[in-house]
Amino acid sequence: MKKIISNAYLFTVILFLYAPILVLIALSFNDSKSRAHWGGFTLRWYMSMLQDRDILSALRTTLLIALLSALLATILGTMAAIAIQNMRAFPRSVILGITNIPMLNADIVTGISMMLCFIAFRISLGFQTILIAHITFNIPYVILSVMPKLRQASQVNYEAALDLGATPLQAFFKVVLPDIMPGVLSGFLLAFTMSLDDFIVTHFTRGAGINTISTLVYSEVRRGIKPSMYSLSTVIFAVVFIVLLISNFAPGAKKARGAGA
Amino acid sequence: MKSKGTRYLALPYIVWMCGFIVIPLLLVLYYGLTDRSGTFTFDNVRKIMLAENFRPLYLAMGLSAVSTLLCFLIAFPLALILRSRKVGKGSFVAFLFILPMWMNSLLRILAWQTLLERKGVINGILSSLHLPEQHLINTPAAIVLGMVYDFLPFMILPIYNTLIKIDDNTINAAYDLGAGFRETLLRIILPLSVPGIVSGVTMVFVPTLTTFAISNMLGGGKVFLIGNVIEQEFMLNSNWNLGSGLSLILMVFIIMSMALLSRYDNGEDAIL
Repeated sequence: MKKIISNAYLFTVILFLYAPILVLIALSFNDSKSRAHWGGFTLRWYMSMLQDRDILSALRTTLLIALLSALLATILGTMAAIAIQNMRAFPRSVILGITNIPMLNADIVTGISMMLCFIAFRISLGFQTILIAHITFNIPYVILSVMPKLRQASQVNYEAALDLGATPLQAFFKVVLPDIMPGVLSGFLLAFTMSLDDFIVTHFTRGAGINTISTLVYSEVRRGIKPSMYSLSTVIFAVVFIVLLISNFAPGAKKARGAGA
Repeated sequence: MKSKGTRYLALPYIVWMCGFIVIPLLLVLYYGLTDRSGTFTFDNVRKIMLAENFRPLYLAMGLSAVSTLLCFLIAFPLALILRSRKVGKGSFVAFLFILPMWMNSLLRILAWQTLLERKGVINGILSSLHLPEQHLINTPAAIVLGMVYDFLPFMILPIYNTLIKIDDNTINAAYDLGAGFRETLLRIILPLSVPGIVSGVTMVFVPTLTTFAISNMLGGGKVFLIGNVIEQEFMLNSNWNLGSGLSLILMVFIIMSMALLSRYDNGEDAIL
């Protein structure tokens, strides 16, 4: 009896989480402009999605920003984490305090504060400002992923490498980096997904004429949703589902994750 | 890596954070405490007392409190069931509950808009069954629904993470010593899961308190939250001073709730 109730509960929550997404998927194949009626199966919304310049350029911008911001944030963040690790207590707590600000602060305040800053310094709003903003909110996630790995990494190995004649750079790339790689990687992935999903900060730091998927959806909604948005949602959901499925359950993935977690 | 040189590796980061975190926030402070001509004033901050600004703040706090509570009430039993079923971190069932987190949140709100609209899916189904159409969208309830839907995984994940760390022996010991399910839940499991609850609450409360996208998409401009007011001051009315002043108030609320919550939190481990 208890088992039935808990099964029913799990099922209800899953239904709540997935029913809306399934509806979107169904609508993306619906050959009728009305949302309430099933007009037969069609792929034409997918065709119009592939010909829609706005959607394609938003998709490109989103991926490019996510990739670049995650990459730069990973480099800056890893460097910072190594330095923070070796700092004395006071400067360390000051820097970690500032690091926490963008994670705890409301996105809307982060967004408008950066918008004010860009305008004050006459940096014109566009691709570059979105990129800067995304790097800024991504670095803290990288630092927080790398720091625990650095704490575990053995100090002795690095010194041994130096004693054996490696330059500090060689010692870093050959000894320290492999040690902290799981943290660096999970920081990169976290930053990448944070950037993909961001709407609010992008909304304030983008200029006119450039869109990410999130800001495109937001402006489409005001003008009335085109069915090609449903196709886009379906494609995105499918990609997310497959990527996460592979990274979680592919043979060999468990081991890598175990090291990373 | 104790060599002296490593300290300078933080330099780019420190410069970056000063330029894009500290200075921007100081600018918000500056604009919030000055008028258009640049003279010092408390007017912008004081304007939160006007009904047109106070009511959205009040409503946002109410809706976000209700959403956070609902998320907790749904997520805690769920995490408890997952724990008792020995659903491990890597299992498919756990995966199903976390997956929506990675789906673009605006697209997920779009899904609810499609369902709830006047000519949307739910009303379509109702009318094909010859039932009266319901007024679903543009209500506070629709917004709460959207908030819960959008942020539920963010409550499930941290609570689940702390619950699976509780040692079975601790719980069995409570039962052995004669505690019933209720007592074990209230006196053992709940206190031990506080760090997870705290980070779950933070991850739901702050974004729902400050959202303007959910209220805009599911409220149709009829339900106005403090986030909408601030967004409009910046993007529509170009009144940066008032917008910044109201943002300062918002930050005070966030800092206060964080301070309140951090008294119950003893670790940073639950977030990641």
